[in-house]
Amino acid sequence: MRTTKLISLMFVMVLLAGLAAGCTPKAEESAVPTEVVIGVYEPMTGAQAAGGVQTMQGVNLAYEQRGEVLGVPIRMVLVDNRSDKAESATAMTRLIEQEKAIAVIGSYGSSNSMAGGEVSEKAGIPVMGCSPTNPLVTEGKEFYFRACFIDPFQGRVMAKYAVENGIKKVAIIQNISQDYSVGLAAFFKEAWIELTGSADGIVAETAYQDGDQDFTAQLGAIKDAEAIFAPGYYGDAALLMNQAREMGFKGLFMGTDAWEAPELISIGGEAAEGAVFSSHYSAEAATTPASKPFVDAFMAKYGEAPSAMAALGYDAYMLVVDAIERANSFDPKAIRDAMAATENFEGVTGFITINDTGDAVKDAVVLEVRDGAFKYLTTVKP
Amino acid sequence: MTIESFLQNLTNGISLGALYALISIGYTMVYGILRLINFAHGDLVMLGAYFAFYGVALFLLPWWLAFPLAILLTTLIGIIIEKAAYKPLREFPRINLFAAAVAVAFLLENLAIVIFGGRPKAFARPAFLDQLLNIGKVSFVSYTPVIILTAIVLCTILILIINRTKAGIAMRALSKDIETTALMGVNTNRIIMFAFMLGSSLAAAGGILWAIKFPQINPLMGVMPGLKAFIAAVLGGIGNVWGAMIGGLLLGVVEIMLVAFFPQLAGYRDAFAYAILILLLLFRPTGIMGEVQAEKV
Repeated sequence: MRTTKLISLMFVMVLLAGLAAGCTPKAEESAVPTEVVIGVYEPMTGAQAAGGVQTMQGVNLAYEQRGEVLGVPIRMVLVDNRSDKAESATAMTRLIEQEKAIAVIGSYGSSNSMAGGEVSEKAGIPVMGCSPTNPLVTEGKEFYFRACFIDPFQGRVMAKYAVENGIKKVAIIQNISQDYSVGLAAFFKEAWIELTGSADGIVAETAYQDGDQDFTAQLGAIKDAEAIFAPGYYGDAALLMNQAREMGFKGLFMGTDAWEAPELISIGGEAAEGAVFSSHYSAEAATTPASKPFVDAFMAKYGEAPSAMAALGYDAYMLVVDAIERANSFDPKAIRDAMAATENFEGVTGFITINDTGDAVKDAVVLEVRDGAFKYLTTVKP
Repeated sequence: MTIESFLQNLTNGISLGALYALISIGYTMVYGILRLINFAHGDLVMLGAYFAFYGVALFLLPWWLAFPLAILLTTLIGIIIEKAAYKPLREFPRINLFAAAVAVAFLLENLAIVIFGGRPKAFARPAFLDQLLNIGKVSFVSYTPVIILTAIVLCTILILIINRTKAGIAMRALSKDIETTALMGVNTNRIIMFAFMLGSSLAAAGGILWAIKFPQINPLMGVMPGLKAFIAAVLGGIGNVWGAMIGGLLLGVVEIMLVAFFPQLAGYRDAFAYAILILLLLFRPTGIMGEVQAEKV
């Protein structure tokens, strides 16, 4: 018994020693730093992992191509926020306090970004979001920007698509645990009312929560709808489509950019065929001169065409580097000012101008699932 | 609500409830014997699903071989957990066991994230479980009756084991008084292991059926079903196998019906479902089938 106790005591001490070593303050920064840290927080595990992993493909490619700024090597630090709001705040704290990041990139998932944004705002560290689309991510935030459009536009894109394609009755199913989903459901409804003159066409509005896998009860109420608008994440959407088809629903599935993950097709299978959703980018519809070399480099590295999330990850990283260059400084406040002044930046997802709320104003694309792949349908201007 | 849509929802509720029932039996058995809430139980559900997935997707086994193998492997892990994490702590205060159970749960979840990867995987249903069926206006997929039947068969076997075999009698005796049972010459360690075996294999079976019904598996998939099944076990009267089954079925049907009757309140589903639970426990503190037990001193 005594030896066991001794061993466990030693084990704990080794652990503590490791912790202490991790906390040792770094040497004082000299005038020219030996490296600058750009932090990234993305969901690498949990319900949104596919989005985070896709985003990181783009960020990693960009990091490979631009490993230094102002003559100083960049060290990129990725922290997994586990698709969780609380973990996102922790991840941001770690990036800022422990890793001394001068700028941060992320995160897939608006709720994650909103939680992280509270921390970065207080610390005064600029953040460039890749794909969080809820307006509240940047609203009232001085230091949060994003490389993507926002949900009022995205909701309108899908409402318009539905109306133009003769849909008369639509049902909305939202994930009430996700700000992203709740926001989009509201914006879609708003745009629908504006376009059709009334809310009569919305035959059902219902909800589910994070972690739910059974949507049969929600679907039971909407059998007479011609289309289902389900602005949730890909995993929920795939199961929902499966169950809707099993219950005999024959209409159209409509979604938003969080649907763009291979899992939508692998899990959704046959049921996902024909589903349409709005997104940021399609490799089939290159928009800027930078798009083509990006697609080529991406294909060479990963052997597949880049997804919208990957393209946005690439753009977000390049936007940060561009801002540091224009600021000609590693001071977070100066970088923030440069980010805010971004104008006509040539990204791979389009020309990016940051407006006064910190958002990018860009086109949206509508994609369709056809023969087990995402196919480009059309582009919608803001 | 029409009679058809009521029947449709009832079918959906029962098939969900059958899964809760299978999983909650494991909780209730372990609790009945050790007074331990095995928080890692939900993660055995996840392991069962993953083993079945890899058996089919990686080793290209036919489902009738892959599924039993997955159950076997999960059972083995259940036994290892009992031997490594719970048995050494048995004579210490109960709270240590609870802490160990939570630790094992986190350990399994994080191991699964590292080994299996954090992204969800698509679970391929065997073709015969993927047929769309219609009875009148009620439509369901062929896995629905299979899930319900499997649950009934497994539960019947379990009840037979508990009531008709020596090990079962010993298990029931253990749940009354461990020390006295040991004095009667029962090998308590083996019987406790046996209970964990049964619980783990039911969890694995539940996990595989869960993955068939919801063909998306991820390392945290066991957490919610685990919690719900635990609640079902409490609802039914924890420690009572019949109670666990009834509690599971009830929970599944109530969850579906609440949303079906009040679709606009779907977001509050869990709040309502558990308000009902609290009410029920207020009036029947030992659950539906629970017996009032005198505190042992």
